[in-house]
Amino acid sequence: MLNIENLHASIGDTKILKGLSLQINAGEIHAIMGPNGAGKSTLGYVLGGRPGYEATEGSASFDGQDLLDMDPHARAAAGLFLGFQYPVEIPGVSNVQFLREAVNAQRTARGEATLSGGEFLKAAREKAALLKMDMDMMKRAVNVGFSGGEKKRNEMVQMGLIDPKLAILDETDSGLDIDALRTVGAGINTIMRKPDKAVLLITHYQRLLELVEPDFVHVLANGRIVKTGGPELALQLENEGYEAIAEAA
Amino acid sequence: MNALTLPTRRDESWRYSDLQSVERVWADLDPAQTLHVPADSHERLRVDALPESGILRYDVTVEANARFDLHCLLMDRDYGRVEIAVKLGDGAHFELGGAILAKGSQVLEIVTDVEHVEPNGTSNQTVRSVLADKSTGSFLGKIGVARDAQRTDAAQSVKSMLLDRGATANAVPQLEIFADDVKCAHGATVGELDRQALFYMATRGLPPEVARGLMLQAFIADAFIGIDDDAAREALEGKARDGLENLR
Repeated sequence: MLNIENLHASIGDTKILKGLSLQINAGEIHAIMGPNGAGKSTLGYVLGGRPGYEATEGSASFDGQDLLDMDPHARAAAGLFLGFQYPVEIPGVSNVQFLREAVNAQRTARGEATLSGGEFLKAAREKAALLKMDMDMMKRAVNVGFSGGEKKRNEMVQMGLIDPKLAILDETDSGLDIDALRTVGAGINTIMRKPDKAVLLITHYQRLLELVEPDFVHVLANGRIVKTGGPELALQLENEGYEAIAEAA
Repeated sequence: MNALTLPTRRDESWRYSDLQSVERVWADLDPAQTLHVPADSHERLRVDALPESGILRYDVTVEANARFDLHCLLMDRDYGRVEIAVKLGDGAHFELGGAILAKGSQVLEIVTDVEHVEPNGTSNQTVRSVLADKSTGSFLGKIGVARDAQRTDAAQSVKSMLLDRGATANAVPQLEIFADDVKCAHGATVGELDRQALFYMATRGLPPEVARGLMLQAFIADAFIGIDDDAAREALEGKARDGLENLR
């Protein structure tokens, strides 16, 4: 589904990714772990197409399409979802309006029929209930006045409504209390653990991986993947720290 | 006929105006419309289009415990101006919600002169401008509080969004306060569309023009939020939405 080969990327003159390769197939859940500054968030942003994050070498293809050549909204319509570490506030634009426009823009881009107001609201209620989010919050402006945990849950409601093929979730577990972490973990499993979908979890911690068990765990250090293993690698990292494992690799 | 002398750049309230355009229409300009809001009543005025001359002027007296609301949308004129002088009686309220949408080399402005003459008066002015190309959007807001006008509460919020580097926003609050128990708040910002928000919206599948449109509509909506008639508010928002689409 996602095939990254020898990806190099820079922000301005600073090289962040230095030859990263990664293949994710349908039905798989991958986790990328690594120390601060390793390039984890940069990887998400480059794949999402954030302006200023420039791929300088290598390739990334998504279902056979050249991902790096597509506009960010076209990547979304192709089935890529990027969950933000710090979801952005959009004053004056309600969650419901924002998501209905987003879902329908994607459907239009794919040549599918748009959802009516009623159809959309029904789906929104369902996903909000799954993530234990009050429908009143769906009517409020996107992320404005939401707590850190509410913003992360809102990301998952959005993911549920958009129903992507591949979700790249950047530290979706940070800022969540234990109950919210369980809710979010269950949400990811319900929405994304399917044979035709895949997930790339970017995280610092083992906690989320106990709830959403990955098939592969990768260690990212200094802009490259230095080690790949199964779920046991995450435990080893938790016990021994990144430094020991990154150096031994 | 207009008997007044043609304003010049030295006149404070005309300093950002397009005086050549003013000169062309000045002689035939209608005098300021005089409005009188009787005690304890509530009058509303909505302006969704400027006249051919581009200039609208009002002179309003709001009696004790009465209320006057002006909501206006300025667009589609090379030069446009809504000018209002308001005198507020005891406990009276003036509400202004103004939106300016300008493109090309258009010069659009809202000029207010609110006189709190008696005690307990309140005024609230909200102006939102979206300025493209080399256009100019200005708000000049004078608030006077007379010696006897204790417990006056006056607020101005002026925000401008520049879509292009060549656009100009002017926000000039002017306070003349002679009473001591008074609240006067004014805030002004000039900014550009939040790039982070635009990227966030793109990752959810919104094409750039749709994302921009949603953000600008939300920005402009602040000016019309105080309209108590839902149908009227939606009509004005709809006109503003069309106007925003025409900025590009």
